[in-house]
Amino acid sequence: MVPVLIGTTLLIYLAVFALPGDPIRVLGGDKPMSPAVYQALRHHYHLDDPLIVQYGKYLWGLVRGDFGETLNGQPVGDVLTGGWTVTVQLAVTAWVFELVVGIALGVWAGLRKGGVIDTLVLSGTTLVIAIPGFVLAYSAQLLFGLKLGWFPTAGTDDGWPYSYLLPGILLGSLSLAYIARLTRTSLVENGRSDYVRTAVAKGLSRRRVLVRHTLRNSLIPVVTYLGVDLGNLMAGAIIIEGIFNLPGIGQQIWLAIQVKDGPTVVGISTFLVLIYLLANLVVDFLYGVLDPRIRHD
Amino acid sequence: MSDEEQSTGPLLAVEDLHVEFRSRGRSVQAVNGLSYTLDEGETLAILGESGSGKSVGAQAVMGILDTPPAHVTKGSVRFRGTELLGLPEKKRRDYRGAKISMIFQDALSALNPVHRVGDQIAEMLIVHRKSSRGEARKRAIDLMDRVRIPSAASRVNDFPHQFSGGMRQRVMIAMALALEPDVLIADEPTTALDVTVQAQIMKLLAELQEEMRMGLILITHDLGVVADVADRIALMYAGRVVEEAWVEDLYARPAHPYAEGLLASVPRIDVRDRSLTPIKGSPPNLAAIPSGCPFHPRCPRARDRCSTEVPELRLLQTGEGAPDRSGARSGAPSPHRSACHYAEEVSGGR
Repeated sequence: MVPVLIGTTLLIYLAVFALPGDPIRVLGGDKPMSPAVYQALRHHYHLDDPLIVQYGKYLWGLVRGDFGETLNGQPVGDVLTGGWTVTVQLAVTAWVFELVVGIALGVWAGLRKGGVIDTLVLSGTTLVIAIPGFVLAYSAQLLFGLKLGWFPTAGTDDGWPYSYLLPGILLGSLSLAYIARLTRTSLVENGRSDYVRTAVAKGLSRRRVLVRHTLRNSLIPVVTYLGVDLGNLMAGAIIIEGIFNLPGIGQQIWLAIQVKDGPTVVGISTFLVLIYLLANLVVDFLYGVLDPRIRHD
Repeated sequence: MSDEEQSTGPLLAVEDLHVEFRSRGRSVQAVNGLSYTLDEGETLAILGESGSGKSVGAQAVMGILDTPPAHVTKGSVRFRGTELLGLPEKKRRDYRGAKISMIFQDALSALNPVHRVGDQIAEMLIVHRKSSRGEARKRAIDLMDRVRIPSAASRVNDFPHQFSGGMRQRVMIAMALALEPDVLIADEPTTALDVTVQAQIMKLLAELQEEMRMGLILITHDLGVVADVADRIALMYAGRVVEEAWVEDLYARPAHPYAEGLLASVPRIDVRDRSLTPIKGSPPNLAAIPSGCPFHPRCPRARDRCSTEVPELRLLQTGEGAPDRSGARSGAPSPHRSACHYAEEVSGGR
């Protein structure tokens, strides 16, 4: 985990600082800046050090829990805490939605393989996967937000869950499509397996065979996907937060990229990498619980 | 035991069973008029090559065919006189596992990988007998002991992948016997095991059968396994029984050219320098079973009649015109049957 963290932060760091343009000049805007102030600012942000030294200092700060300072002089940690709750609420809404609806659709389709529901789920999910996320988001915002007025179109004024419902559903829709298909395929495959035949031969009820034997095994890959996806959703929130004007960390990273606010971009990215790695770690542990064959003795 | 036992007749009687696989307008006849009977304490070997319908037939008896694509189109399966085929699913479940139980070829894939073996055995008792978890667990340990799994009490919480192949099959057997069924169907129980373990498992099955007075149906393609443990053999070809006899009778006087061919194709330790003769041709395509006797295209004795007239499975007539009783055991008449027009000629011609 540690090498991955170092590798990814270094990459992000290099990418941000390789961007053309001088962040200090951007900070000054149109107004001319005196050379003394310019030099002082450069020094303050360690921009006069060689890149590798800059990175080293950054990493050292990170270890002590210091994400650095934005170009506005605000600690990046504060920016994160501000946007954090919004993004987490959004991601969790999306996650719960894709978990419940995705698995339900997948099971429903899988049980009636080749039937009407199955065909609808398969074609519907293909459509969702094929349409770019932002197209879907803008269309839904227009239809359900403006035309029908069922949901707020932007902002978080209505609080959780109402403000987060539509963006959450849209954020989760792509993963939902994958989860529904994964659940369906896995269910159909396991339904043909030898141990399900054994379970039937034991004289168990259909329900017991399905829940205890078929589903229990079918959900192993789905749960794995869901775990990793929680990290994905937080990162994927950038576009949805932009479209629905939600002040989460996704929106902040978006703004930061535009003003070349390196510390903020790197800080938020690093944070997302951390979340992602943690999600993966949890999934690894969970996998052992779900599938005893993988358990480390 | 139960009042059902009053009814005389065989423990299990399968009659004229037909199973068809249908998909996309095409149909394949996997089982074509399978008939056999099984008595208490008896071991019937159902012998046949791949695709002869032996496994599908057994699954139809258990009622665990995947429908669709498999459909039982005709026939009857009676357990102690009760017809099972028309029973509503809920009633049928009371027989499955409790009265008629089944073990499968590959115990690794037949056991659920995510549940502890003890739980898988205990599930039988919890579901069918409404036992408490604690009771069922204790019984599971007893059963594991009974199939001679060493230190059963400490292995009850292990998962299937933690057992060796032979031990896994023992777990499977413990599970199948949890409710002391009257009939055990063993579908190639030793095919996935190596030879020494095979012998142990067969010995265990024979012992347990003796102890519990079960009827045992042993599905196999291994003539060697059959000779050791079976009382009777039903030889299947193209979805039906072509010859049925006491093991000794069938080995000594095969009355169907297919049986004759099979015996000529295996090495024998008691005959020196015998060259092996394979059966010509390949197993029949079940979507287009040959007319008349399904074996006639491969049969060295085939005549004109064989390609037009389907031979019935009938009792063999000896020279004196009386049923052949030579192999009779414990006073039972020898049921040597063959589905060949020229059965007497085949069996006498040796």
